[in-house]
Amino acid sequence: MAMLEVTNLSISFGGLRAVDDFSITINEGELYGLIGPNGAGKTTVFNLLTGVYKPDEGHILLGGKDITGQKTIEINREGIARTFQNIRLFKEMTVQENVMVGLHNQIRYSTLASIFKLPSYRKAEKEMRERSLELLKVFDLDKEADTLASNLPYGKQRKLEIARALATNPKLLLLDEPAAGMNPNETIELMKTIRFVRDKFKMTILLIEHDMKLVSGICEELTVLNFGHVLCKGETKEVLNNPEVIKAYLGE
Amino acid sequence: MKRLLQSKETKKTLITFGIVIITYIIVEILMLCGLLSNQLQGLLVPICYYVMLAISLNLTVGILGELSLGHAGFACVGVFTGTVFSICMQNVIAASWIRFALAIILGALFAGIVGILIGLPVLRLKGDYLAIVTLAFCEIIKNVINVIYLGKDSQGLHISTTDTTALGMEPEGVVIIKGAQGVTGMPQDANFTIGILLILITLFIVLNLVHSRDGRAIMAIRDNLIAAESVGINITKYKLMAFSISAALAGAAGAYYGHNFNNIKAATNNFGYNMSIMVLVFVVLGGIGNMRGSIIAAVLLTLLPEMLRGISEYRLLIYSIVLIGMMLFNWSPKAQAWKEKMKVRILGKLKKNQKEVQ
Amino acid sequence: MSLISYVINGISLGSVYAIIALGYSMVYGIAKMLNFAHGDVIMVGGFVVYTMASGLGINPILSILCSMAFCTVLGMTIERIAYRPLRNAASSLAVLITAIGVSYFLQNIALIIYGSSPKAFTSVVTIPSLKLADGALTISGETIVTIVACIIIMVVLMLFINKTKAGQAMLAVSEDKGAAALMGINVNGTIALTFAIGSALAAIAGVLLCSAYPSLSPYTGAMPGIKAFVAAVFGGIGSIPGALIGGILLGLIEILSKAYISSQLSDAIVFAVLIVVLLVKPTGILGKQIQEKV
Repeated sequence: MAMLEVTNLSISFGGLRAVDDFSITINEGELYGLIGPNGAGKTTVFNLLTGVYKPDEGHILLGGKDITGQKTIEINREGIARTFQNIRLFKEMTVQENVMVGLHNQIRYSTLASIFKLPSYRKAEKEMRERSLELLKVFDLDKEADTLASNLPYGKQRKLEIARALATNPKLLLLDEPAAGMNPNETIELMKTIRFVRDKFKMTILLIEHDMKLVSGICEELTVLNFGHVLCKGETKEVLNNPEVIKAYLGE
Repeated sequence: MKRLLQSKETKKTLITFGIVIITYIIVEILMLCGLLSNQLQGLLVPICYYVMLAISLNLTVGILGELSLGHAGFACVGVFTGTVFSICMQNVIAASWIRFALAIILGALFAGIVGILIGLPVLRLKGDYLAIVTLAFCEIIKNVINVIYLGKDSQGLHISTTDTTALGMEPEGVVIIKGAQGVTGMPQDANFTIGILLILITLFIVLNLVHSRDGRAIMAIRDNLIAAESVGINITKYKLMAFSISAALAGAAGAYYGHNFNNIKAATNNFGYNMSIMVLVFVVLGGIGNMRGSIIAAVLLTLLPEMLRGISEYRLLIYSIVLIGMMLFNWSPKAQAWKEKMKVRILGKLKKNQKEVQ
Repeated sequence: MSLISYVINGISLGSVYAIIALGYSMVYGIAKMLNFAHGDVIMVGGFVVYTMASGLGINPILSILCSMAFCTVLGMTIERIAYRPLRNAASSLAVLITAIGVSYFLQNIALIIYGSSPKAFTSVVTIPSLKLADGALTISGETIVTIVACIIIMVVLMLFINKTKAGQAMLAVSEDKGAAALMGINVNGTIALTFAIGSALAAIAGVLLCSAYPSLSPYTGAMPGIKAFVAAVFGGIGSIPGALIGGILLGLIEILSKAYISSQLSDAIVFAVLIVVLLVKPTGILGKQIQEKV
C-alpha cells in the first residue's frame, strides 16, 4: 500500500521554479532516498510535504488522505515528522525534555492539572518520562537525558532530532541529511539505527542524503532531483549507475 | 536519574518559596521590634507589587522569549477594575477579605482578557516590533483610562468621556473615576501579609506551569519556533497562553497595589512605558527565566534608591551607573571570560593551599 | 484655512520626528539595538544650545554647531563605553537594558545641573513668519526652518550613504557584520560613525523641537524619542525615505487628532495607527520582508 503519494507537485519563488512537476510514490515500510546536487530542491520538497510552503500545484496524499495545503501542525498530527538540515533543537532544554516536547500530542493533560499538580498530571508526566527515556535508549542517548541539548556533540544532536520526530508517532519520517557532519563510524552506526527504527516502529522513511555509502547501504529506492525536476527514479542500484545521474553529479 | 531531576526541580522550587517565607518572618519580627522605619514599612506593599510584576513578566520574557514593554498596562487594568469593584461593593460585601479577594480575581480576569485581545493580533510580530507594539498598547490603555469618568448612584453606573457633569448623576451619586485625576475612595485593604501570599500564589502558578507539558511547549517555541511547529505544537495557542497568564498575574498585582492608596492615577510615572521598562530591568538583571533572580532584583532595586536617600540628589544617578555597571559586568563576553579566569585562579590557589596544609 | 495650518504644523512636527527617527533607524539598522538613550541625546543637544545661547549669549549658529559636536562626542562615547562591550552578549536584552541605564543617566545628570522645572527656551530662528492669503494663514519661521532642514538632511544623508565609501560600509555592516569584516571594513569604526551621525542629528532635532515648543526639561527628549522610534518602525526601520514618511505621517496624525478628535487621546491614536500599520505590514511601510530559511 502506498503510504505517500505525491503527484505533480510544483512551487515557484518569484519566477524560479524550485520544484517542478514532482511525483513520488512511497510504499508502507519502505526506506526511500531523495538525492540530487546542491540546490536541486530536495529540502523544498520536504518543506512542501510538511506544509512550510504551500504548493502552487499538485497533490499530497498520506495513507490515501489528501493533506495538500494543510498547516504544519495539522500535517504533523496526520503523521509526518521531520528533521532539519541545519539542526533545530530546543537548545535551552534538556535532551529528555526535547523528546517530551515531541510527545506533546501523544500524552495530554489540562493546564489546570499542571498548575494544581493534580493526579492526572503526575500520572501523565510519569508516562511521558518513561516513554521519552525508552526512545532515548534506542538512540543511545539515555545517559545524556539531563544534559542541555546544545551541549551534545554534533552527531548526537542529529540523533536527538530523530528521536524527537519519532516521539510524535509518525507514519512517515522525513530525514534531511541525517549523516551530515558525522564521521564514517558514526555514519555506519546511524545506518544501523535508521534500519532499526524502520523495523521496530514499522516506519516509512524518506531521507535526503549526500553520503552515497549511506544511500546505497540502506535505501531501497531512489528519486534523483536536478534543478527542481525529477531526473530519474527506481531501484537504488539502477539509479546510481544511470549515466544521467552521474553526469548531474559530476558535470560534463 | 529522572527521580533525581524531579527532586532537583522540586528542591529549587522549595528553596525559592523558603526564601520568600523566611524574608516575611524576618520583616515581621523587625516590625514587631520597631526596627523598621516608617519609610521602609511604606515600601513593603510596593515591593510585593514589583516582585509580582517581575515574576509575571519573566513568564513572557524568560519562558516565552518575547520582549514586552507593556506590562505596566496590564497592571493598570488590574488597578482600575479591582478598585472600582471594591468601591462599588463596599456596602454590599461586608467582609473585607472576601471583597478584596474578589477584586484581585476580577483584576486578573480583566487584565487576562485584555492580554488575549492584545496578544491575538500582535503576537505574530517578533522581537523589537513586538516590544514597540506592546509599549504602544500600554500607552493607549493609560491614555484611555485618563479620559474615563465613572460614577455611581441609585440608578447604577454612569460612564462618560467628557467630564463629571456629563455623567448626569443624581446629587448623592459618587464619582469613582475622575478622568486624569484617577480613582478615589477605595478601601485600603492591601498589606504586607497579603502581598507575600500573592507572591507565593504567583510563584506557584508560574513554576508549576513551567514544569509541565504546557510550559515545555512554550519553551520549545522560544528555543525554535519552526521545530516546535514541526512536532505539532500550536504556536498561537501557547504564545497566547503565556502572554495572557502573564497579563492576568500583572492584573492581580495591580488590583492588590491599587488598594494601598486612597487615590491612584494612571500617570506616566506609574503606568507609563517607564514602569514597564523598570520591571523589565528587574527581569533581565535577575536573570532571564530565573524567577528567584527576578524576586531578588525587584527587592534590591526598589530598596537601592531608598537606601541612597541621604544623598537624595544623586541617588537616581547612582542607580543608573550601578545599572550600567551591573549589565556590563554580568553580560559582556569580556567580563565573563575574566570571571572565568578568576574562578580558575582562585580555585587553583585553594587547591595549592590545601596541598601545602597536607 | 485652519485645516491647512494644521497640516503645515503637522508636517513641521513630523519633520522633527523624521530627523530623530533617522538617527534611531540608522542605529537600529546597524547595531540592531533599540537605543532608548537617543531621545535623551536630543535633550542634551537642547540644553547645550540653551546654556550657550541663552546663558552665555553666544551666537545661535555657533551654539548649534557646538551642540552638534558635543552630541557627536557624547554619542560615540556612549557607544564605546556602554554598548560596544555588549555587542556579542548572549542576550540582546542586555544592551537594551544598558541603553535604558544610559537614558536614566543622562536625565539625572541634566536634573542635577538644571533642576526639574522646565526652562524657557528662546527660539534660535530669526526668520520672520510668512503671512499668506492676506494674513489668514501664518507660517512661522520655525516651521519653515524645520521643514527645510529636514529636506536638506534627508538629501545629504541619501547622497552620503549611496555615494561615499563610508556610507556603503554602513550598508554592508547593517547587512552582515561578519562578511563586512572579511571585506576589510572596520566594523567598530563604522558603527561608531553611525552613532556619531545619529547623535549630531539628534542635536539638530533638539534645537528645532525646543524652538517650536519653547520649553526644555530633563524629560523633554523621552517621549519624542519613543515617538520617533514609532515613526521609524512605521516607515520601515533602516530606510531613510521610510523615516521621512513615518515621521511626517506621525506628525500629521498627532496634530490633526489633537485638533479634531481629542488632545488627551492624540498619543493613543498615534499608537493605534502604528499597531494597525504593523498588523497589515509587519515590517513597516517601506520595510523589507525577511523570511527565515527552513
